[in-house]
Amino acid sequence: MIEARGLRKTFNKGKVVAVDEVSFTARDGRITGLLGPNGAGKPTTLRMLYTLLKPDAGSMRVDGIDPEAEPLQIKRALGVVPDSRGLYDRLSARENIRYYGRLQGLDKATIDQRIARMSEVLDMGAFIDRRTEGFSQGQRVKVAIARALIHEPRTVLLDEPSNGLDVMTTRALRGFLQQLRTEGRCVVLSTHIMQEVAALCDHIVIIAKGRVAAEGTADELLRRSGRDNLEDAFVHLIGSDEGLLA
Amino acid sequence: MMSVFAKEVLDNFRDRRVILSTLILGPLLGPVIFAVMISFMTSQATERMEAPLELPVIGAEHAPALIGFLEREGVIIQDPPDDPEGAVRREEEEIVLRIAADFGDAWTEGRPAPLELIADQSLRYTGTTIARVRGYLNGYSSQISQNRLQLRGVHPDITRPLQITVVDLSTPESRGGMMLAFLPYFIMIAVFMGSMHMATDTTAGERERRSLEPLLINPLPRWQIMAGKLLATTLFALLTLGLSLIAFVYAMGFLPTADMDMALNLDFRVAGLAFLLVSPVALLAAALLIILASFAKSYREAQSYMGMVILIPMIPSFWILIDPTRTETWMTLVPLLSQNVLILELVRGEPVNLLWLLYSISSTLLLALLLAAIAGTLYNRPKLIFTSD
Repeated sequence: MIEARGLRKTFNKGKVVAVDEVSFTARDGRITGLLGPNGAGKPTTLRMLYTLLKPDAGSMRVDGIDPEAEPLQIKRALGVVPDSRGLYDRLSARENIRYYGRLQGLDKATIDQRIARMSEVLDMGAFIDRRTEGFSQGQRVKVAIARALIHEPRTVLLDEPSNGLDVMTTRALRGFLQQLRTEGRCVVLSTHIMQEVAALCDHIVIIAKGRVAAEGTADELLRRSGRDNLEDAFVHLIGSDEGLLA
Repeated sequence: MMSVFAKEVLDNFRDRRVILSTLILGPLLGPVIFAVMISFMTSQATERMEAPLELPVIGAEHAPALIGFLEREGVIIQDPPDDPEGAVRREEEEIVLRIAADFGDAWTEGRPAPLELIADQSLRYTGTTIARVRGYLNGYSSQISQNRLQLRGVHPDITRPLQITVVDLSTPESRGGMMLAFLPYFIMIAVFMGSMHMATDTTAGERERRSLEPLLINPLPRWQIMAGKLLATTLFALLTLGLSLIAFVYAMGFLPTADMDMALNLDFRVAGLAFLLVSPVALLAAALLIILASFAKSYREAQSYMGMVILIPMIPSFWILIDPTRTETWMTLVPLLSQNVLILELVRGEPVNLLWLLYSISSTLLLALLLAAIAGTLYNRPKLIFTSD
């Protein structure tokens, strides 16, 4: 479970405010979507959660752990698929995943066993032992997800996971995320794609210009905005259609 | 930390470019260039000393006796070019001898007879030739003066108040050492070249691949990630150093040392000591290059910095080349300089001063560890992680 309260982050010595007053709660066994136009501050929020950035103000808890006080504990509790999904081209998919398993401090048997399971769930059998050079976007995302979840974290953060994926892979990815929810994990994904949120998320947090513009289930958001589809509701709630098309 | 190390080693061993540049070209380049250079220099020198001297002479008719002497000494007298000064300037001739028209008059009157040697002394390769011509002319001059003194009943030794003999105490090893002044430079450059690619790939390359951010999300203190990369880079630098030294030992075998009348004291024992001596430089180079490459946004940018860093090991080498002085204790405390002077001591075959060796290794190691510590803190800077965004 993630609790964020009043997060604020500025860059360039306070001149650029990336995140201003972001608060939300993401519960276990649910998929929480951070929805917002480009430049709304989604990746910045996530980066504060996984300790790559220090917030200027506000507090966070992941399963009761404070990322600022115990960064290493947080990194064990979280599985993160950031927007940067660079793989090591000269290593095979299996070696890429195994490297992260070792960095997580897992033993060899556990790593092998989890790679086998992950390979099955994510349907990676055909390319698991190939070098990742020349992999398609879909294959890369699968490897990135597998290596991020090798330590079976309770909380999973994904930054724009369906970026650059084709329809089939996106469907498979959604199925996988729903499975994580069924297992009772806390899944948070950031996206600017409306359909994704509508199809997947139990709880939606709309972020615009560094602030939380609205929060709730899809139905709640529709009711509050008085519109009959999520896209109109979204435009209404953030107050403009800026950045939506990007 | 060891996971990072193991992964970087595996990853880079699979990179053909790394294998080529680090493990093949890097170690071979130095010895090959060096061997070719040395054998070229020696063969040139011997050629110049032994080849028949061709000397264009202006006004040969004014001094037939001198010309006769030169020809007896084996000098080939040639017709002068039309424009002797121009010919020398254009480097068509190395040297031209001009015998002035009043040579004969001066000679018969017993005055010093004028001769002119036209040459460009700024051209290094003419040095030997000028010396040879002067040698012949001085020989002729002293022969004539002795004859003249004897005619007047004076013992020629009266004009030689001093007899100077140089007792050359240089051993074949120490003469070889002079030729080897370039050796430390090639060894040091091998170390830097060996770590260059790896340092770039593991830092700037990681960022360019966009794999740095996910890597840092792993539960591992940042300095350990850096330390793993640093160790892997150092390992490659050490490999290059070792291979390079082995290549040098073999390359020395091909040198015409017999012609040069000198022995190069570079066997495996000396190479082993040199390895020990230079190995702290591997860590130093790795840390320095990693610090630099970490600041670069891309592989290309990093490489352009590297080009400049590679000049650093040149500075002490060239200083020694220009101003060869005796090794003093303070020199052995200066990293890079100390390796230079001590390698020279080693190949000159002088007994190893263990204290100096210790000074050099510990001072270099100290600086290397300092740089490594700086490198270790680099990934704590958010700027370094996100500048690619």
